[in-house]
Amino acid sequence: MRGGHKNLGMNIVVCVKQIPDPAEPGALDPSDKTLKRDGKLILDESDSYGVEMALQLADSAGGGEVTLVSMAPNSEASGLRTALAMGAAKAILVSDPALGGSSALSTAKVLAAAIKKVEGADLVLTATESSDGYTGTIPEQLAELLGLPSVTFAKDIKIDGSTVKVDRQTDRGYDEVTSPLPAVVSVTAGVVEPRYPSFKGIMAAKSKPVDEVTLADLGIDPASVGWAGAGQEIVAVEEAPAREAGEIIEDDGTGAEKIIAFLDNLKVI
Amino acid sequence: MGLSKIWVFAEAVDGKVTPTTLEILTKARSLGDTVEVVYGGGDADAIAGQLGAYGATTVHSTGDLDGSLAGVPVASAIAAAVAAGIGPDAIVFATSYDGRDVVGRLSAKLDRTVSTNNVEIEVDGDALVVTEPIFGGATNIKTKLTGEGPFLVLVRPKSFVAEESGGGAAAVAALDVPEAGQAKIVERHVEERQGPALDEAAIVVSGGRGLGEAEKFALVEELAKLLKAAPGASRAIVDAGWVPYSYQVGQTGKVVKPTVYIAAGISGATQHMVGMKGSKNIIAINKDAEAPIFSVSDLGIVGDVHKVLPAVIEQLKARG
Repeated sequence: MRGGHKNLGMNIVVCVKQIPDPAEPGALDPSDKTLKRDGKLILDESDSYGVEMALQLADSAGGGEVTLVSMAPNSEASGLRTALAMGAAKAILVSDPALGGSSALSTAKVLAAAIKKVEGADLVLTATESSDGYTGTIPEQLAELLGLPSVTFAKDIKIDGSTVKVDRQTDRGYDEVTSPLPAVVSVTAGVVEPRYPSFKGIMAAKSKPVDEVTLADLGIDPASVGWAGAGQEIVAVEEAPAREAGEIIEDDGTGAEKIIAFLDNLKVI
Repeated sequence: MGLSKIWVFAEAVDGKVTPTTLEILTKARSLGDTVEVVYGGGDADAIAGQLGAYGATTVHSTGDLDGSLAGVPVASAIAAAVAAGIGPDAIVFATSYDGRDVVGRLSAKLDRTVSTNNVEIEVDGDALVVTEPIFGGATNIKTKLTGEGPFLVLVRPKSFVAEESGGGAAAVAALDVPEAGQAKIVERHVEERQGPALDEAAIVVSGGRGLGEAEKFALVEELAKLLKAAPGASRAIVDAGWVPYSYQVGQTGKVVKPTVYIAAGISGATQHMVGMKGSKNIIAINKDAEAPIFSVSDLGIVGDVHKVLPAVIEQLKARG
């Protein structure tokens, strides 16, 4: 990867994931106990922040392309179209049935190989974790595989020449962190407010390029990814013991009293 | 028994070892013969006593990181130790900001998968079996970690209870750090907070979308203050910008297990429930009788938070 030409703006890669709609109940594929992904897939909300951040940074830099990189076991692209409708220029979708059941590390390997095909990327943005797998390790795995510095949990990002300045979330507040570019940065939800795609954007997205590549195109051995590459064996799937609900009452004006009595009983007030 | 050697990635703030580190050390004692710690910082000597009291016999320390983020230097140090043959059978990390960074880098360096979001670790012969809750905690998946070690495991906070082992101070051993990180901390900001920390408070009062607008979160703050509690929030209102991310309770926020959790105007999306289901007592206020939060509450009030919260506040004030 080489840095972009600064007088032409910034080229930014955003890793995005298409996931089953979180509003629908999740299900496991009984044959291999992995999360079922055969229903409708949408753009992970966590990634809308990365896409928006990329669009704003490219804009501030005076131009440049935002390229989406994504991985799926099938050719699903509707979530990508949403991000393209927001303003991303193009997408690379690594699509291969062998990718089903991939671990985070395998996913990072695939994404890294695809990102290496993007010319002149100055910055790679990701979410801190996906809304369905929530492993949270891909940003650093990706950075290591790409040989780049990284800053995770960014709640603010500024570009200063060939340096990125990040406010990084911590347990006690935040740290101001700087890193040379190119770098991988993961963004927290709420780092920016994602725009709604305009009608014009939605129409334009239909003809933006979505370059589908296979593992063979990337030179990746299928046995090293997907379920085959995981190094784990599921031994049990159990229903967790349910927590029993207590009293539920309609507030007839005495709701507050009942809460106070409850707290009194516990001797916490 | 079990594995021969376990390393725990330790974290400390201002010379005090984090609660999650102590929880994991306690669990590690039941998984392996030898428990050691790997630590990224210049004050290993200051925390060796605390770490030893919870069962660590050695602290492998990188020394001061000179402002570098932990990910690159600590991961490179662990990878070098593994390559030199002094590494462990398994390394356990808290699901913390730095824990994830270090294990992510290490995973790619060693070409080993990471097992994430675990709430239990058990031994099966010379293998580890981990338990991960999915679907908002409704289902538990038990996975056996196979293949070549070291196994890399991420554990959620508050999965185990910390207990001292009565051990003496751990010995401090220096680790070679082949790679310095390029990302550097230039300034630290500690957010002023009144009252207890969210993940340590005995009482938590949380607000959600049902509050209607950002200004109404003041009711949550006021009640929290009166109860000497910590205020919390659902992801929905954090995303909407009503409160900072540090208030977030849930899968992508903090895990809390207070004596009392009061959920005001929170529907109980699984992402939120994961963060507070372990609370001893749950009080929920929501105008929707079908809200999922009522399936876990010990006391559920189906009503308007705009009426109930002010009434609770008023009655508490009246008691003086």
